[in-house]
Amino acid sequence: MNPTMVKWLQAPSIILLLLWMIVPLSMTLYFSTIRYNLLYPERTGFIGLSNYEFFWTDPSFIPALINTLVLVGSVLIITVVLGLAVSLLVDKPFMGRGIARVMLISPFFIMPTVSALVWKNMLMDPNNGLFAAFSNFMGLTPVEWLQDYPLLSIIIMVSWQWTPFAILIFMTSLQSQDQEQKEAATLDGAGFWAQFVHLTLPHLARPISIVILIQMIFHLSIFAEIYVTTSGGPGVQSTNLTYLIYIQSQQAFDVGVASAGGVFAIILANIVAIFLIRAVGKTLTV
Amino acid sequence: MTDKQRDKLNHRIVVFFAWVAALLFFFPIFWMVLTGFKTEGQAITIPPLLFFEPTFENYTEIQARTNYSRFAINSVITAFGGTFLALLIAIPSAYAMAFNTGRWTKDILMWMLSTKMLPAVGVLMPIYLICQKFGLLDSKIALVIIYAMMNLPIVMLILFNYFREIPKEILEASRMDGTSTFNEIKDIVMPLAWGGIASTALLSIILCWNEAFWSIVLTTTDAATLTAFVASFQAPEGLFWAKVSAVSTLACAPIVVFGWLTQKQLVQGLTFGAVK
Repeated sequence: MNPTMVKWLQAPSIILLLLWMIVPLSMTLYFSTIRYNLLYPERTGFIGLSNYEFFWTDPSFIPALINTLVLVGSVLIITVVLGLAVSLLVDKPFMGRGIARVMLISPFFIMPTVSALVWKNMLMDPNNGLFAAFSNFMGLTPVEWLQDYPLLSIIIMVSWQWTPFAILIFMTSLQSQDQEQKEAATLDGAGFWAQFVHLTLPHLARPISIVILIQMIFHLSIFAEIYVTTSGGPGVQSTNLTYLIYIQSQQAFDVGVASAGGVFAIILANIVAIFLIRAVGKTLTV
Repeated sequence: MTDKQRDKLNHRIVVFFAWVAALLFFFPIFWMVLTGFKTEGQAITIPPLLFFEPTFENYTEIQARTNYSRFAINSVITAFGGTFLALLIAIPSAYAMAFNTGRWTKDILMWMLSTKMLPAVGVLMPIYLICQKFGLLDSKIALVIIYAMMNLPIVMLILFNYFREIPKEILEASRMDGTSTFNEIKDIVMPLAWGGIASTALLSIILCWNEAFWSIVLTTTDAATLTAFVASFQAPEGLFWAKVSAVSTLACAPIVVFGWLTQKQLVQGLTFGAVK
């Protein structure tokens, strides 16, 4: 293959992705500095950083930022700890392990809108949900999950969906662990914890960091679960940045402010992305 | 108790908890499927029913009373269309990069991955307004293009890894015979990497099928996919749990099975090739 041909074959993917990145990105940057509200098309003009100021000083901004960080942080801790524990449980062969594994990873393939509805209605509903039925059976008052603990409810839903992701990655990675080394350690009298801390954890260090970084990328922009269950409420108790920007754009029709918020979300995601790209780059052998 | 007995007991405890975890994680799905076979009355009964006479009326009714099939067709068109478009762009590029790896190849691939990090909400307004301008709001074409671009980086990376495993000697031999580049891709690379291409496609289809931001924001009726359709049941009024469960079961079943079949590629694709 001659070099020209190589270039021609590579060109479409590079050019298209470049357009896909540059065009919307520069538009977002541009919109964020002008007056642009779909409801008031007559108001135009460059206004510098006013949109940013409006977005930052919005009383919903700080709660939304905190909610975003709490949501991402809690889900990360839950999924990694549970994922580690469960993947260790299914590491050694037993009867029906294949079925158990399939059951464990299934939630990850459920549509986010479906899982949100299942949790909202059939499990967490204070009148007819299973949790309420269980509380009644135990003689307790049913918890109004989405009303009283909106953010926690979202955290539970997202963790249910993403722990299987962690399990899937850790399970795969554990299969490549050096078994002889473990046997030698057992013969030397190393107990479960010693083996876990000195052999398994170091082996899983890379997968763990990858799982954390990828989840951060996805969880910074959680949307469907909030949209379907709490709509960010009550008040702004379960509004994250993504949902706040969505509200700005789809309900207040303020393109300028929504774009300023978008720039903020991009910066936040990029801080994470830098680390992720580095971690991935190390494994790509070219 | 001897060491052997203790090992055996430990193993039993581990297996026991493994099954407890599996049952707990799977339970919401099991419950959803079960509810789909109840009547609306049975679905909200307290205490909940575990044993009942299953009915198929929800499944027949969602076909008759809602546009279920239209949403399903939209999901199929956008997921398969987006995947097909991504593969069409990615196969020649990944092929060229894999067999003519240059100084910049790694940087290009890493840059492609970095486009994946752009949060959708950051480009919500531009994409929305562009679609509006070109009359592509509530259109399947817009979703197909967006899904293709969203998945292109992952598809590129997995295909690149697959193509690199093809021995170069085979290609060199065919080049001696004077095969054109197009035929080389079609007759030699594609058949050899067929498994890789198929599983990459499956991964991409899963991601498109479950995508729930653009489908909710950009579609209303004509192009609404199953994710958007299910989301429309969020309103509390006149909630039909049994019917929603039946719809959800139909919407999720194919993808869950796809997921089981592609576990290995999924791990590679989702970790951008970092865990194999």
